[in-house]
Amino acid sequence: MTRMRSLRRLAPLAACLAAIVLPVAAFAAPPPAQAGFRPPPESAIPAGPFGRMVRLGEAIFRHTGTAAPQYVGSDLRCSNCHIDGGRLAGAAPLWAAWVAFPTYRSKTKQVNTFAQRLQGCFRYSMNGTAPPLGSKVLVALEAYSFWLAHGAPTGAKLAGRGYPKLPKPAAAPDYARGKIVFAQHCALCHGADGAGRRAGGRVVFPPLWGPRSFNWGAGMGSIVNAAAFIKANMPLGRGGSLTDQMAWDVAAYVDSHERPQDPRFAGSVAETRAKFHDSPYSMYGQTVNGHVLGAPGPK
Amino acid sequence: MGWSEGLGRRVLGATLAVAALAVLSLDLSPALAADGAAIALHGVGTVPACATCHGAQGQGNPRIGAPHLAGEGIDYLREQLANFAAGHRINPIMQPIAAGLTPEQRDAAAAFFAALPVPAPHPVPPGPDRAGALLAEQGRWSAGLPACTQCHGPNGIGVPPYIPRLAGLTAPYLTAQLLAWQQGHRPPGALGLMPVVASKLSAHDIKTLAAYFAALGGPSSPEAGR
Repeated sequence: MTRMRSLRRLAPLAACLAAIVLPVAAFAAPPPAQAGFRPPPESAIPAGPFGRMVRLGEAIFRHTGTAAPQYVGSDLRCSNCHIDGGRLAGAAPLWAAWVAFPTYRSKTKQVNTFAQRLQGCFRYSMNGTAPPLGSKVLVALEAYSFWLAHGAPTGAKLAGRGYPKLPKPAAAPDYARGKIVFAQHCALCHGADGAGRRAGGRVVFPPLWGPRSFNWGAGMGSIVNAAAFIKANMPLGRGGSLTDQMAWDVAAYVDSHERPQDPRFAGSVAETRAKFHDSPYSMYGQTVNGHVLGAPGPK
Repeated sequence: MGWSEGLGRRVLGATLAVAALAVLSLDLSPALAADGAAIALHGVGTVPACATCHGAQGQGNPRIGAPHLAGEGIDYLREQLANFAAGHRINPIMQPIAAGLTPEQRDAAAAFFAALPVPAPHPVPPGPDRAGALLAEQGRWSAGLPACTQCHGPNGIGVPPYIPRLAGLTAPYLTAQLLAWQQGHRPPGALGLMPVVASKLSAHDIKTLAAYFAALGGPSSPEAGR
């Protein structure tokens, strides 16, 4: 809270600077070609029961809200953040995740399996409910992930896993600068209100905040993750074109809006922040524009 | 429709527009809307009616290479008209037409066409060659190429107010636009996305994509409702 207040004092100056000295890195190198591990092509999916399960998994991954509606409470789909159906290096590819489980996770303070990790995606990023272990939805997603990772060494930290970590920002991430970046580089697709856009009855651009977006427990609610994703992948097709500072600032802006409650809500915003969001990179429980983020309101 | 008939309509249209402006001068937005219809259907001054080539329903005319305008995003139409007027988007027919309109008249005409209904595309049954469909729906991310439909919507339906519809544009029109972006002859448009996308397409890619979206059908298709 105090951090945001001190940041706001600098906002007018920062806004001017942003307009003058932070142009898009016009000559930024294109995103690195997919080096290292390459998942098999779709044409290599085998016939038979296993192949059918792989295809179902891919369908759920690309069209989550229609293929697994009972577990989805947002307008997002898996492939919004895991681009190219979970294939793209630098966009948290499934093949790199598959070989990294089971593992200890600080988020759950437990050793989790890959399937349990998928459950977390549904609970937080999809703002839905976790499909039961062994349910067809999870089995299909596991089959698809396993198949994409065909030939990848188990336990290896594959190049391209997760999102490429950004160096710490030169200036603290700033809401006011982020607002300008959003208007210039994001609003065209996601809307000035962050609510995304639909066409033909389908969500084309996902909502970035608000009731149909990911909830406060999702990984993208962390400015660190959001900045890394944005830098590497946004705007779609022009990944790498924003400067690091722009990515940090716009991530702070996006994550400074209201979104569905953290399902781990511990009775009060302060308690929930203390338990699950005790980080300068989570805006949960912080005050922005006079509003305490995460404060329970009418659903 | 003959030119004399068109001229008659233009005179009538101009009269109607003036009358509408006089009646509605206290309320700007309906006046603009009426003006837009008049420009679109009857022309104004030396500028012929948009409908002459693009159709009264904005359905376009594939035979003369005039794309549909119905249901296109208003921001997209406004930007194109401004680009034509300034000569940034090179088109010898559209340049004098756009330049002959004031910015307010361009906006009004854009609003008229943006508000027209547009039929849904009809999905193409999967054929033996799925290359165009795959590229359109999944892109080629290994080369950093997004899928067309990730921005242009399911079946290339378009996502107003900016991202234009691809379904039903003719293959020659689509091909010409992609080549223009490859060669730097068309302004980059929002976020500079299309020149980057076009630079990653081979001649074969362009051919299959143009055929794919043309086949999806649009406002000028025979089965499109009027």
